[in-house]
Formats: sequence, structure tokens, C-alpha cells
Amino acid sequence: MLETRELTAFYGDFQALFGITFALKEGETVAIIGANGAGKSTFLKAIAGLLPRPAAAVRLDGRDIGTLPAFEIVKLGVSLVPEGRRLFTSLSVEENLLVGAYGRRSEGPWSLDTVYRLFPMMRERRHTPSTALSGGQQQMVAIGRSLMSNPRILLCDELSLGLAPIVIRDIYAALADIKQRGTSVVLVEQDLLHAMSVADRAYCFQEGRVSLTGRPQELTRDAIHAAYFGL
Amino acid sequence: MLGWIDTLLQGILLGGLYSLYATGLSVIFGIMRLVNLAHGDLIVLAAFLMLALAAMGVPIVLTLAIVVPLMFALGYALQSAMLNRVLGRNILPPLLITFGLSIIVQNGLLETFSADTRFLNVGPLQGASLPLGGGIAIGVMPLICLATAIAIILLLNGVFYRTALGRAFRATSDDVEIAQLMGINNKAIYALTMGIALAVCAVAGFFLGARANFDPSIGPARLLYAFEAVIIGGLGSLWGTLAGGIVVGVAQTVGAHIDPEWQILSGHVAFLIVLVIRPRGLFPRAVD
Repeated sequence: MLETRELTAFYGDFQALFGITFALKEGETVAIIGANGAGKSTFLKAIAGLLPRPAAAVRLDGRDIGTLPAFEIVKLGVSLVPEGRRLFTSLSVEENLLVGAYGRRSEGPWSLDTVYRLFPMMRERRHTPSTALSGGQQQMVAIGRSLMSNPRILLCDELSLGLAPIVIRDIYAALADIKQRGTSVVLVEQDLLHAMSVADRAYCFQEGRVSLTGRPQELTRDAIHAAYFGL
Repeated sequence: MLGWIDTLLQGILLGGLYSLYATGLSVIFGIMRLVNLAHGDLIVLAAFLMLALAAMGVPIVLTLAIVVPLMFALGYALQSAMLNRVLGRNILPPLLITFGLSIIVQNGLLETFSADTRFLNVGPLQGASLPLGGGIAIGVMPLICLATAIAIILLLNGVFYRTALGRAFRATSDDVEIAQLMGINNKAIYALTMGIALAVCAVAGFFLGARANFDPSIGPARLLYAFEAVIIGGLGSLWGTLAGGIVVGVAQTVGAHIDPEWQILSGHVAFLIVLVIRPRGLFPRAVD
């Protein structure tokens, strides 16, 4: 349902993506792996509308969405959980979640109540300033905030970055719940093991290009290693 | 002693007017990190618009009801047609635009209305006062002005802290990129912000004209008082802005009480003292 064709992206004169062709099917979870600077985050930002991109390079349900600004993309059901959480610092936990529902255009499984059930810690701390939470808790709020728009496609950027292994386990358990409700997921990760454990398919990026793609169980260590580092 | 109490009261009331000047500036800065150098001139513009309407026979209260939405529309259009195009990481281009706007408004007013000093005739209320006993009396219009300033801040805080739109305003202020990911059209938010700020300017213009004489050249000084009030209060807090306006107002009347020549100077001195003691203002946003 989501496709990119020869997607390119630039930061000023610097070209970060050199023609990424990618597809995501309904209900599927796709992992994007690769070294630092391979263009993984850039790819998600380009889909979400935060970077300028060629008009016909991004399609959702067969419709070109490459010219739409970010605030329109989320209304079509594509929501990005940004790298580094980036919660709204002057808003409480609950207000962060409520802002997430600002662009909601479709009914779906997610509401304050179901998000609180997914992450029970948030209910107790709903009036706390978002800055008072630990990194793992902030990541949960960031996921909950994106879910509040009832997305059909959730784009997750480095969910595990800087978090303790036990927290990462909780977050991936929640991700399994989210998948079960029919949400498609694109997962950008440096943490290979976690990414491969939940993904139906994986793309490996290297210097702005797709260097390898396939099902996790079909990809050998050596192939991933080569695609990762370009050796 | 009574003289000092009187001075203090008059200062607080004057502070009400200064906080009205400052509220729009505070809102614009809080949400867009934009300093509008034409702010004072737009207040004066609003006063002249009311003067022109009153000259056509429109009752003075009705001119307020006309000019407030007019200034809102002007702010919305100004932001969406011009300032939104240059808003970005560099703060200089929007600053230059508002600087140019300030010159245009001043000269446009001078051309249209001449340099004569004017005032808005608000009828019997103009000179009315409430005796408080002991020879102290406070003006009815200044009192209404202070009450209006408080009411506007209550209203704006209600919008910002209790509504979905207000959350969108605060989210945009915190992180504009992520706000867009939430479905918030930041440019529409900015246009609304400027509209609200100029609507408050219109109210400020009304009390400016009802309280004292005005002419096309006094805008920049109003901007300066407003700016001082915002900084003294602490960026991003409207109650801080009210407090800041009152600090400037009281400092000016106290200065004038000692020597009439000191009025303006002592307001600036109070500003500098607060900056030295509390560089982030009295109520910085962190505690808000």
C-alpha cells in the first residue's frame, strides 16, 4: 500500500538518498537496517513529508503523495515516531498524547484509554511534564502519541536508541500488540537482532542505496555483513 | 505617605496599559520566536482607525467592535502573505520585514492624518474617577484598562491551556517540525497567532487613545515599553507579561513623582535592574 520509486532526498547540496525503491504491504512489518549515515532516517522523513522529494516518488494506495506537506500525510494514516523521541517539552504526558490526535481523520483502535492500556505506566503519570520521564518512558509516550492518530502505517525511527535492554524488550512487546491490530510498521533500527525478530522483510541501506533486501530467515550473516559495510 | 500610595496605584493602572501593549508581543514571541518591530505602530494604527470611524459618526464602543476583527484579519493576512514566507532558522528576514512595516505604517499615518496629536473621545467616562478616600482617586478608564488586560490574559491562557487548538499552539512553539507530524499546519497556527496579537493591539490602541494624546510617531516608544514588559516578565508567560507591565508602569510613576523628568528614564532603569538581577525575567517559562 506504501511504495517509493527512485526516491531521492537532499540536505542542501548534499544528496542523502540515491533512488530508493521500496514497498510495504498491508499488515506487513518491514525493517530497515544499515550503518550510521546510510539514509534510514532520511528515508522515513522523506515519506512523512519533512523533506522535499520528487512528486511521484512516494505513493500511498496508488496515489502520489510526494507533494503533500507533513501535516497532510498524517491525516492519510502515516505517522512517524521520530528519532530521539522529541516529546513536546512544555506539555504533560496526556497533552502530548492528545496533540497526537490532532490530525486524526479516521476511527480506529487507539484512544487515550487503549494507549494507557498498552503502556500502563503512562496512566499514573499522565499529568507529569514529559521532561520528567525516563528515556524509555519518553519513548513509550512518543509511540503512544503517534498511535493517537490511528495510523495505518507506523514509521518508527530508532526505537531502541539509548535504552536499557529490559526497556527495549517492553517496547518490542508493545510493538507486537500494535502489529496485531493490523497496523503496518516500518522499523528503522541499528539493533539488528530486535529488528530481524519482528520483521517480515528487511531492507539494508548503504550510503543512500538499497544494498540488500529479503526475508530475515533467508538473509545470511555474511550477506548482511557485506550489505551493511559494503565490504 | 498618601502621595506614595497614590503613585503606586497610578503606576499599577498604567502597568495595565503597558501589559496590553505587551500581550500581543509576548504571544508572537512565545509561539513564533518572532519580534514584531511594527507592534507599537500597529497599536497606533488601530487608534487612528477608531478615530476615523468615530469621525464618521460611529459610536466609540462600536469602533472597537469593528477595529478588533479588522486588525485580526490584517494580522492573519500579514502573516500568511508575507512573514510565513521568510520564517525559518534565520531570524533576520522577518525582523527586517517588520522594521519596514513600521516605517510604512508611521509614514502612511502621517500622510493620512498629519502630525497633529489626537485623542479618542469616550464620553463622560473619560475623566471619571472613583474616590478612595484620603484624597486618593483612581480613574475609571485606567481601571477598566487594567481589568481588560487581566481579562484578555485569562481568556488567552484559557485558550492556550484548555483547548485542543491551544495545545496545538504550544506544541508548535515547542517543536515545529514534530508539530507538523501531528497534523498541525504550522503556518495556519502562525497566521492565527498574528491575528490574535493584532486583535489585542486594537484593544491596546483603544485605551491608548482614550487615556492620552497620540500622533503617528509614538509607536516605537510603545514597542519599547511592551518589549521591556515582556522581558521583565519572562518570555512565554502571559502573567509574567502583566507583572512586567506593572513593574514598568510603577517605575515610571515613581520616577515622575520624584522628578517629572525622570518618568521615562526610570522605566528603563527598572528594566535594566531586573535584567541584571534576573536575566531570564521574573517568571521564566520553566516555572510557568
